[in-house]
Amino acid sequence: MLSDIMRFVFAVATFLVPFAVEAAAIGYDGARHLLNRTGFGATDAEITRYATLEREEAVDRLLEGTRTEACVTPPEFVDAPFEPYYRLRNMTQEQRMAQQRQRARESFELRAWWLREMIETSSPLTERMTLFWHNHFATSQQKVRSPQLMYRQNALLRRESAGNFATLLHAIGKDPAMLVYLDNAQNRKQAPNENFAREVMELFTLGEGHYSEHDIKEAARAFTGWSIDRETGEFTYRRVWHDYGEKTVLGRTGRMDGDDVIDTLLARPQTARFIAAKVWREFVSPTPDAAEVSRWAEVFREARYEVKPLLRAVLTSDAFWSDANRGALVKSPVDLVVGTLRTFGIRPVDLRPAVFACAALGQNPFAPPNVKGWPGGDAWIDSATLLGRREFVDRVFRGSGPATMVTAMPEEPKAGAQAGPGAQLRRMLERGMADYAFDGERFTRSLGGRGGERIERLVLAYPAVGAQDDDAQVDDRVRALVADASFQLK
Amino acid sequence: MTFARRDFLRLAALAPFAGSRAFAAAMEAAPRRLLILVELRGGNDGLNTVIPYANPAYASLRPRIGIARDQVVKLTETTGLHPSLEKLRARWEARELAIVQGVGYPRPNLSHFRSIEIWDTASSSDEYLDAGWLARAFAVSPSPRTFAADGVVVGAGSMGPLAGNSVRAIALANPAQFLRNARFARDQGETRNPALAHILRVEGDVRASAQKITAGHKFETTFPGGPFGNAVGTAAQLAANESGVSVVRLSLGSFDTHANQQGTHANLLRQLAEGIDALRAALVETGRWNTTVIATYAEFGRRARENQSGGTDHGTASSHLVLGGGVKGGLYGAFPALDRLDGEGNLPHAVDFRGYYATFLERCWGIDSKVVLGGRFDTLPIL
Repeated sequence: MLSDIMRFVFAVATFLVPFAVEAAAIGYDGARHLLNRTGFGATDAEITRYATLEREEAVDRLLEGTRTEACVTPPEFVDAPFEPYYRLRNMTQEQRMAQQRQRARESFELRAWWLREMIETSSPLTERMTLFWHNHFATSQQKVRSPQLMYRQNALLRRESAGNFATLLHAIGKDPAMLVYLDNAQNRKQAPNENFAREVMELFTLGEGHYSEHDIKEAARAFTGWSIDRETGEFTYRRVWHDYGEKTVLGRTGRMDGDDVIDTLLARPQTARFIAAKVWREFVSPTPDAAEVSRWAEVFREARYEVKPLLRAVLTSDAFWSDANRGALVKSPVDLVVGTLRTFGIRPVDLRPAVFACAALGQNPFAPPNVKGWPGGDAWIDSATLLGRREFVDRVFRGSGPATMVTAMPEEPKAGAQAGPGAQLRRMLERGMADYAFDGERFTRSLGGRGGERIERLVLAYPAVGAQDDDAQVDDRVRALVADASFQLK
Repeated sequence: MTFARRDFLRLAALAPFAGSRAFAAAMEAAPRRLLILVELRGGNDGLNTVIPYANPAYASLRPRIGIARDQVVKLTETTGLHPSLEKLRARWEARELAIVQGVGYPRPNLSHFRSIEIWDTASSSDEYLDAGWLARAFAVSPSPRTFAADGVVVGAGSMGPLAGNSVRAIALANPAQFLRNARFARDQGETRNPALAHILRVEGDVRASAQKITAGHKFETTFPGGPFGNAVGTAAQLAANESGVSVVRLSLGSFDTHANQQGTHANLLRQLAEGIDALRAALVETGRWNTTVIATYAEFGRRARENQSGGTDHGTASSHLVLGGGVKGGLYGAFPALDRLDGEGNLPHAVDFRGYYATFLERCWGIDSKVVLGGRFDTLPIL
């Protein structure tokens, strides 16, 4: 009874605060929404700091803080000399196996490094956008087979994460990992390889239905000769492979090369609309509003594809802040894993179990399922991944019991070697997750005596489905909230 | 006894009013058929899977990646299999392997994502449907309530043909683990938030299926290693389950071989053949081989002419394999018309993929395919 009265008083107070005290402060719930959507989880302290800001102020602070480089030092191998692909062919079976194991180890380190960056960065928005572009220009280590090239691409994505999309698109066309992934490294004039030409239109700029098969064939000719140096792994232009003839792409005719095609694509208004709609689905809800997306696309074009003006338009829009869109998105596995660690101040020494968890739940960074990236949305949740999520949460908040979370083994290392590394990883999980345990006492202290309904507002983006016990201890309350279906939303 | 049932089914199928009441009655008498679909992710190269080795155009289109005539697993005077599919030769000789050539659809779309959407929803090229074709089928004609689920998707990936709200479908990696974790699923109530509603529905499906799924059947058969081998083992477990399921979907890939195709393709097809071979052995062990149908599908085949990178670009019509103790082995569809490629250099289709689907809907479960597929498509006499 008492708690009902308290809840009523609290509700009235939160309702009045924005009007009476600070006309436009975003408040606790607003700050939580902003920080969770633009980053990965947020602590009570971080949310409290943003709560008093006005909408524009808060967004400007996030945009001013973006980075172009990571703050965590990358693994050492990224600076080692490039290992040319052709060397593999001359190796003995044994050497090749050793090489494969080393690559598997390195790509694990690379993933752990990125998750560490997501946790420790001063700008979670930078990592959110880096991951967004990774999903947009999806490239997988499983085909590229070079953690070094994957790292270089990741550095490019971060550099332009809140930079310029046109710059990024041109650079991606010449990015060695992409050249390998979509086979353009082998695209020659005699019989062009259409893979990159198709995906650059279908997935990177225009979207399906806004070009013809003929445009693809012609564009493939324009991209002939964009390749990589076999010794250094750097971009190289092979003149003898390039088709210097005349091409017609989307109504433009000339002796076009790859950059001309990319400029042609950037000149189409559809490109800005396509990106703006994808940004809506990333930040707002699964169902873009056509009129609002057109407005953002206009802003994006006017700004010559600068990303920040687009983000400002998105993050200050009424659509972003609308109550109807709170809790409308399903957390990705990275949201769930990294977000949980950040929100509850859990700082594991070894992030490989976290990497493994993300992969098992369907989002293995540096290894998207295909060039379209992760489907996301409702598709994150099926019976296997939902149970895997619950198990991960159970492990963190109970901190005991054997790890059995092997819902969907990441398909790396290579097929056939599955049983060995799989068992190895499982053992590592069993040992390695000890420091992932939620510390209820420390967490309670960090709230400085605030508790009650505030905990639900910190932990959930959407009201709990199950009944909550208002009189429970802080840590018991948290355990009930993270097990609620609403914990899967953001 | 199994033979008698099979013969009766065949007789029923041959009867003049097959597809009507007598057929349905026959279906009722037999145990419900299990369909195991294998998606060849990324678009499998049909011409290097089922090889028109006697056609001189084949060698000239593929000077670099074509399979040498003496390597082909020869089935007939004209047609053979990729050497990695050697293990399937015995099924062909037992007349339990049907090869359907030229499966595709009019006005083909060459995007992976759009084309697999067309296949998953069984739509026309220019039609956009939400629910998967099997989800729609089970909405019309659900599996018996005693079944653990209409369908199970094994491993990661989308729900594909089983995506939709009106179907009892679950995804799992293996049944033992599924049961161990099912304790995390709780009955949590209802909501108007669409994302949350999806989560609660999945939770409900888990709870319902967990009561009926069993695990831990011990097989004499050894399953191959690797993710596909594991998936095949899971399919065998599901087939051994007394409560039953109607469909299991497996997937193997990536078959998107734009460059240096030979090694990758050979390896994938070997996994396919070894997996199917083990699956058959396990199904024979549990007495389910005669009531199970294994069938492949993919978003498209690949370009007839190889590209300069030793690979093949996206194509159209392709060959698919259907296996089972109740399958009538042989060649179906039409030989690849290498002399009638379209303007893009692609093969014309001979069998509409919706006819391929209709065959399973009608012959496996007696479901009226017209209602599900929005039209009448010719079925194949393979079952």
